[in-house]
Amino acid sequence: MKDIYLDNNATTKVDPAVVDMMIPYFLEQYGNPSSIHKFADGVAKGLKHARQQVQALIGCEHDSEIIFTSCGTESNSTAILSAIKAQPNKKEIITTTVEHPAILSVCDMLEKEGYTIHRMPVDKAGRLNLNAYKNLLSNNVAIVSVMWANNETGTIFPVEEMADMANAEGVMFHTDAVQAVGKIPMNLQYTKIDMLSLSGHKLHAPKGIGVLYLRRGTRYRALLRGGHQERGRRAGTENSASIVGLGKACELALEFIKYENTQVKAMRDRLERGLTDQIPHCFITGDIYNRLPNTTDIAFEYIEGESILMLLNKAGIAASSGSACTSGSLEPSHVMRAMDIPYTAAHGTIRFSFSRYNDMSEVDEVLRVMPGIVATLRKLSPYWDGNGPVADPEKAFAPVYA
Amino acid sequence: MWDYSDKVKEHFFNPKNAGAVVDANATGEVGSISCGDALRLTLKVDDDSEIILEAGFQTFGCGSAIASSSVLTEIIKGMTLDEAAKVTNQDIADQLEGLPPEKMHCSVMGREALQAAIANYRGEVWTDDHEEGALICKCFAIDAVMIEEMVWANKLRTVEDVTNFTKAGGGCASCHEDIEAILEKVLAEKGEKFDPTAAPVEAITKIAAVKAPLTNLQRIKKIEQVLESLRPALMADGGDVELVEVLGNTAYVNMTGACNGCQMAAMTIAGIQQRLMEVMGEFIKVVPASEMKKLVNIEVV
Ligand SMILES: Cc1ncc(COP(=O)(O)O)c(C=O)c1O
Ligand code: FES
Repeated sequence: MKDIYLDNNATTKVDPAVVDMMIPYFLEQYGNPSSIHKFADGVAKGLKHARQQVQALIGCEHDSEIIFTSCGTESNSTAILSAIKAQPNKKEIITTTVEHPAILSVCDMLEKEGYTIHRMPVDKAGRLNLNAYKNLLSNNVAIVSVMWANNETGTIFPVEEMADMANAEGVMFHTDAVQAVGKIPMNLQYTKIDMLSLSGHKLHAPKGIGVLYLRRGTRYRALLRGGHQERGRRAGTENSASIVGLGKACELALEFIKYENTQVKAMRDRLERGLTDQIPHCFITGDIYNRLPNTTDIAFEYIEGESILMLLNKAGIAASSGSACTSGSLEPSHVMRAMDIPYTAAHGTIRFSFSRYNDMSEVDEVLRVMPGIVATLRKLSPYWDGNGPVADPEKAFAPVYA
Repeated sequence: MWDYSDKVKEHFFNPKNAGAVVDANATGEVGSISCGDALRLTLKVDDDSEIILEAGFQTFGCGSAIASSSVLTEIIKGMTLDEAAKVTNQDIADQLEGLPPEKMHCSVMGREALQAAIANYRGEVWTDDHEEGALICKCFAIDAVMIEEMVWANKLRTVEDVTNFTKAGGGCASCHEDIEAILEKVLAEKGEKFDPTAAPVEAITKIAAVKAPLTNLQRIKKIEQVLESLRPALMADGGDVELVEVLGNTAYVNMTGACNGCQMAAMTIAGIQQRLMEVMGEFIKVVPASEMKKLVNIEVV
């Protein structure tokens, strides 16, 4: 069987149709889009078309609200730093404990500079408390930044409602929608979202291309200054091939969005049902009723994620883990800690994330090998005894030093 | 994913001596569930000869934790307890043909489980002084706890000081921001403020030393004496140190045995350096001999 890729929240394969669109921009239309000659005269048109394709996918009102950036991370940094530069008197930021590091690290830095950061906690299912959120909104808040969907669990936050609430208080609202765009339908013109980040490589476009959606009229301060590209809102010669590729990828994503929410979802559902039926002591993390259609994150108790990934890899299956060891840090993923998942489970979480390139036979293959992998590792585990966990595991094995 | 050696993969995919030894008479349990690595080592020791007849491991952890546990049991089977007590984490890492710096702690965990099991057999209580923080410097595998301790103990004030005392930050320099954050934190606890332009601790010591400068010969003799006095302690940990060269106030040493090349070696080097400075009353920098060529060239230029 050929190798199985179930790590689409990490990054995706570039769609061959996207590659085809891009090639002429490397070999023929390679002129600088600002130049006046025949090597460049098709480029501006290509960029314009791409902008419209992105616009169609996210449903914004104007194509000039699309700013091309180099990645999701750049869009996130630009959004937050713009909001605080444009409103120097507002010294608070609202975000959540489960954001991607591309938001959290920026907030950590601003905290050192004197900003107050409200990091909203989540409950055991990864959900926010909107009453607590309402109480945080005030005139002192420069920006709210809340992810649309979580990269690890796929949990969806009610960002449209939250943007309304922020807007009612006159507070700017940004969402990191890197995981949501292309997987769930959206229509930004009917929301109060002021800024949104997306990243090409999560939706079958190349790596190194992103978008910051900036609602017309939102106060803005550019991060990268220089040339007049992107109307002076993001200087730097346009990555024309990737922009055109991203445009095509957005067009395809829109075409497949129904497929994503039916067929892709069916694969995900079959996998997680099969795994939780066959394997004792495992559970799905996050808000199972409110998730991306392509993502499942399962905690296999009493074993460790990196070991699971190594055995999966040997079986030709690619996935991800929230374990500390895969990142070289000492703590398991901050998302698992935020949901208060016990350590004996948090280290053993595995995320399977699908795309339209997967098929049911791959699901069956994972279902075939996974029970054996879990059993093998449990046999080695000091928390496991024969057919089940040792009684009172955290006490029965309580090693020296913490 | 990590660049694991073939040996690590071999022990991970086909672990040796997995599971608890039936009728074991020695058990060592170490690790930390919050960090995601924990190990129980069980041994069956022959009461007359003190030879380890059987060894088994149960490990909750990543690939290298399982591989370290597996290779450890292979190393110690057939050894006497006294021999086993000399096994170092470097021996474990060497048997695995090396571990990534982020994973060196897996081999340390192996050694500690072994120490704990031996203590358990002998009816002693094993305590460890092990405290581990987030890995700060990837080039030299130095963690936050160690840097904090050195900053406290030696009144360090700048990144350069930290590099001089721990090596952290002396490679690619990408950890300097994190080291500054630690300095800021510790200095704030002491009621001081971090000033990146502060004179290095080294310079202050140098001025003090000018009063009674040692000749180079005196200095070398003194260094030898100090190393001699430290040797028993090092050998107890399975290591040794050899003085290779003294250039100005820099002593180049060869660390052998225990921990050579890992976090512990840096700690040992820093410890030796501190002891030398205390005894000699002047700034002495202790550097692994492997660094000699690099540094000498820089000094000549
Ligand atoms: C939620 C989220 N935000 C931001 C990013 C970063 O995107 P990029 O890799 O394009 O910088 C990612 C990707 O890992 C993500 O999952
Ligand atoms: S990481 Fe510290 S010097 Fe390279």
